[in-house]
Amino acid sequence: MAPLLEIRNLTVVFDTPAGTVHAVNDVSYTIEEGETLGIVGESGSGKSVHALSMVGLIARPPGRIVSGEVYFKGRDLLKLSQRELLDLRGKEIGFVFQDPMTSLNPVLTVERQIAEPLRRHFNLSKNQARERVVELLELVGIPNARERIGQYPHEFSGGMRQRVMIAIGISCNPKLLIADEATTALDVTVQAQILDLVRDLKKKFGTTVIWITHDMGVVAGLADTIQVMYGGRIMERGPVDTVFEDPRSAYTWGLLKSLPHGGKRGTTRLYQIPGNPPNLINEPIGDPFAPRNAFATERCLRETPPLQQVEGSVPGHKAAVWYDLREKLKKQEAKV
Amino acid sequence: MTRYLLTKLIEAFIAIWGVVTIVFFVSRILGDPAVLLVPVGAGQQEIDNLRTALGLDRPLLEQYFQSLFSMLKGDFGISFQHTRPALDVVLERMPATASLAGLALLFGTLIGAAAGAIAALMRGTVAELIVMVAALLGQATPTFWLGIMLILLFSVELGLLPTGGSGTWLHYILPGLTLSVFVSASIARLLRSSLLDIMREDYVRTARSKGLMPRTVFFWHIARNALIPVVTMIGIIAGELLGGSVVIETVFAWPGVGRVIVQGIQAQDFPVIQAGVTLVAAIFVFVNLLVDLLYGVLDPRIRRG
Repeated sequence: MAPLLEIRNLTVVFDTPAGTVHAVNDVSYTIEEGETLGIVGESGSGKSVHALSMVGLIARPPGRIVSGEVYFKGRDLLKLSQRELLDLRGKEIGFVFQDPMTSLNPVLTVERQIAEPLRRHFNLSKNQARERVVELLELVGIPNARERIGQYPHEFSGGMRQRVMIAIGISCNPKLLIADEATTALDVTVQAQILDLVRDLKKKFGTTVIWITHDMGVVAGLADTIQVMYGGRIMERGPVDTVFEDPRSAYTWGLLKSLPHGGKRGTTRLYQIPGNPPNLINEPIGDPFAPRNAFATERCLRETPPLQQVEGSVPGHKAAVWYDLREKLKKQEAKV
Repeated sequence: MTRYLLTKLIEAFIAIWGVVTIVFFVSRILGDPAVLLVPVGAGQQEIDNLRTALGLDRPLLEQYFQSLFSMLKGDFGISFQHTRPALDVVLERMPATASLAGLALLFGTLIGAAAGAIAALMRGTVAELIVMVAALLGQATPTFWLGIMLILLFSVELGLLPTGGSGTWLHYILPGLTLSVFVSASIARLLRSSLLDIMREDYVRTARSKGLMPRTVFFWHIARNALIPVVTMIGIIAGELLGGSVVIETVFAWPGVGRVIVQGIQAQDFPVIQAGVTLVAAIFVFVNLLVDLLYGVLDPRIRRG
């Protein structure tokens, strides 16, 4: 079966007064129907930009899609007309954005904001839409849904607002749901509730999900596949368990090492990746992580490694490296 | 909402009382109106008699409370110059000021809103540049200078329009145009920057992600929010214009409230000054009250916060 979404060689730049920012560089990947893909990376890794750009949600200009194809259900999204994209957004591809405080319109009722995509895509009457809105709010776990639809975002708590955001994202039963840092602004407990909700919804509707976050823990709990991005490139990707146990990119390894481990405290300092995120204004040469990578080889600085299947690992575990991380780590251990 | 309204009303009342008090004492500093009112060559006795007649010989605080009390009853005293109720002197100028203000506000807002929206929507184009340069010039040009230039062109050179005064609709054109230029320039600049700010908001991206039509996104998500500061601005301008634009009324010999107050000041006609300034302050406060209410309509965070 053809994958639900296939991205080929997507490259996105931003033309700014300071120069051309290379935000997304030659990104290719696929998602199968029903899969949950967790995309991890720090700010500026291109994780959000690439997702927004494929459905025309980045401002152009300054954004510019240099090359690539994005096949969604067999159609290249980048070749769609403006009108076709509008018909697709919200209906086939739903979005959940971060920080529901700023992502919901403060002057419109929750009912209107959830009903908008329904009325736009299914031509529902006001009353039909209202019934569906109540249904959706109940689905995402908002008590007294019928009484609350007339309220405004500021009358909801942060967690409840995020639930409203999710209700908007899933309102039209999209094939693909893209959640961009959807739990980042929330308390840990509320975050856990939201993740539970998303897992439930996935079970019920089999929605394919792209979950964009900088939080490895969230990916571990939710995703089937993890994709680590850095400097606008995919550094590593594979089944979550495999990548967590056996990372092959030094960047993934660094991210995992900088996570606190269950309950033990005070014994060692948390690892931190040295250096700063790359300046994407320069034409990217070589492995973008190489300047911060103690294991980088001469070749890493000169030549960009392609994303390749990791030899000896499970199928689908891919990494973009010139070095063998396991060998490097062994050597390092031997030295100590 | 009732509580909100009540607070605003009390605030309005206090503001007007403050203005009345300041005007009362400041106008007393201006000097002695009796000296100006008596015929040339009159003696001290006549001046004193007049002061007694006008009640100016009594202690200042007594005069203050006396006039405050009368004002509550709507009595601002008799104009020294016109020997008619001061309030009437001011009020009969109101229609001229209000009609000119209304005209300027209407056209200024329409043109300003259209220009501001065009500038924001066509960001980075020549159209934006033209609108913004025009708006900057419109706001920076002193109204008296613009008024005089318009008179020179349309009245003196071309002889198409009257140089000043009021009476026919032709008289409205030049002062109306002069004021509209300023109003529309201010609104265009504010609306443009407000729209550009809102366009960057996360919720606008959310609206786009729903696949909404661009016009729905613009009117319901962008303009709805961008209008909030513009409404305040319109309120302030409306308050200012309704108080009578002294400069414009002078340039165009327009028989408005602003001019009558200035004449009152020159003649040290306390009742007219007090009636005029109090009226202007009341209008200003009332317009701002309306703006506050409109705010509540536009922004539920204020209405239900």
